[in-house]
Amino acid sequence: MAVLTRPEQEAPTPAPAAGRPPRSLVRSAVFWTFLLVLTLVFVGPIVWMLLTSIKTNPEATSVPPTILPEDPTGAAYDGLMRLDGSYPVLRWFLNSLLAATLHMLLVLAVASPAAYALARLQFKLRGLFFVVIVSTLFVPGFVFLLPNYIIIDKLGWLDTIWALVVPGAAGAFGVFFLRQFFAMLPGELEEAALIDGANQWQIFTRVVLPNSKPALATLAVLSFLTNWNDFIWPIYVLFSPERLTLPAGLRLLQGAYTTDYPVIMAGAFVASVPVLVLFLFTQRYVIEGVSRSGLKG
Amino acid sequence: MTGTIGTADAPAPSTSHGERRQNNPNTRARRERRAAYLFLAPNLIGLTTFVAIPMLMSIVLAFFSVDGFGGYTFVGTANFERMVNDPLFLSSLGRTLIYLFVLVPGLFVSGLGLALLVRSQFPLVGLFRTALFAPNVISLVVIALIWKFLLTDDVGFVAKILGRVGITPPSWLGDPSYALATVMVITIWFSMGYYMLIFLAGLQDIPREYYEVASIDGAGPWATFRNVTWPLLKPTSFFILLTSTIAVMTGGLEMLVVLTNGGPANSTTLVIYYVYQQAFVYGEFGYASAIASIMVLILLAWSALLFALTRGGRFTHAD
Repeated sequence: MAVLTRPEQEAPTPAPAAGRPPRSLVRSAVFWTFLLVLTLVFVGPIVWMLLTSIKTNPEATSVPPTILPEDPTGAAYDGLMRLDGSYPVLRWFLNSLLAATLHMLLVLAVASPAAYALARLQFKLRGLFFVVIVSTLFVPGFVFLLPNYIIIDKLGWLDTIWALVVPGAAGAFGVFFLRQFFAMLPGELEEAALIDGANQWQIFTRVVLPNSKPALATLAVLSFLTNWNDFIWPIYVLFSPERLTLPAGLRLLQGAYTTDYPVIMAGAFVASVPVLVLFLFTQRYVIEGVSRSGLKG
Repeated sequence: MTGTIGTADAPAPSTSHGERRQNNPNTRARRERRAAYLFLAPNLIGLTTFVAIPMLMSIVLAFFSVDGFGGYTFVGTANFERMVNDPLFLSSLGRTLIYLFVLVPGLFVSGLGLALLVRSQFPLVGLFRTALFAPNVISLVVIALIWKFLLTDDVGFVAKILGRVGITPPSWLGDPSYALATVMVITIWFSMGYYMLIFLAGLQDIPREYYEVASIDGAGPWATFRNVTWPLLKPTSFFILLTSTIAVMTGGLEMLVVLTNGGPANSTTLVIYYVYQQAFVYGEFGYASAIASIMVLILLAWSALLFALTRGGRFTHAD
């Protein structure tokens, strides 16, 4: 595996080991400058969205451009943060919040018992179930878009919140993710509970779940983010403007205010605040979750 | 919910816990089996309804023609024949291949580069990782809207900045010869942080001792990379090649819908957009399903090729 061929002469000077920043002053300067520029490239557009949303429209399109708003105004937000009106951003925000929260809870409720069964219980078809569930992870999501639309129609869920909450909750991701975690829990706790006469449901709710909080939190955050950001699915299963989610509503907003930068950026910013705040507070979980599983919810 | 605590409720007076469990292993196994199926039931019902049945439907629909009133007519392989003779589909396929050949290596190299850059522990490293990953937590619609405005002709921020230094930029999204490239750059911008994270996890799995040995042997940074990092990163690399192909080929629809609508002059109509357009704009569910099936076949073929080329490179991340 590791093809570490020993060089002819034993060179005593250790090369800078990987995993340490460069040492010389010039190299450090280059390194930090490069990092700062990169960060600006990544965060700049997001900050620009916020700054534009508090400018007046003339300033947002002025030449030469301004970076910081000369006269910060919340005008763009005034018209948006209402529950009624043609572009009720606040209502869309609440719709998104409700849908994403319900979806998150459903994912946890459906995935965790299934993951527990696959990780800890003995039954004949266990291996088969696991392979089948995981293999659906590799079927691209767009394949399901069209048939699911037909199924949701048959269920009578078109234009309801259930169309947003339910279909994705049965996905294989949560099961796969939690199963990997549950499988690593030490068996002694379960044994002790069994000896005390607990049944499987009690072991699951009183032993396994309380000991899996980090994994459950990670899955909760990932499923919330995915559901909040979803766009293509909501624009097809929802018709009534007042039932839209925020990302879906942004398209209406864009259609109506094509050239009003501050208003559209204000809507976009409102759509980003919850996910950015959630990410900032739970980034350890998100980063751990994404990098361990290699998959987003 | 799943059962009873029967034996615990009425234990035979003389039986200890250990003996009791040995006394009825069959009961216990049966209970465990029953519990397992009950635990799995909600998920299996959901998977059947929203995953298994849709997959079958998608295949079946490819052989039907669906009219605007929900009437289905069996048309045999007509949808597939139509595909071969559809210049718009063929050109979207060609465009998708270009897109793949640029983005898959592009994301690989940029993701690995970023990961190598922020792998070490230096002050504020967590902050940098967070910043580089940040575009991934925002909705793609928001990303598309931000870039749409940044890149607007004449009055967009980028055009104004370039104007200050005397450069008149092309119409990034309005010129057919630039639009696809622009979409590709934006895609790399928002997704490279994600691949960075996966590479970072792979890098952290490489035991430190290998680097210590390399350092004692006097290997320079390049030799260390080639002889230690690269070979030990192979499972991660394999995983990234596989998942990025799927993501690039089947994702990013939001961007196309918001940024370009497949235009100008179809220059950003990728296969995924064409499927979307056929299904949801023209209501051609059958034809759209046929194209989607072909896409899945292409992805399967690519995965098989990747498996063969890497002699089944293992999934460390998917276990």
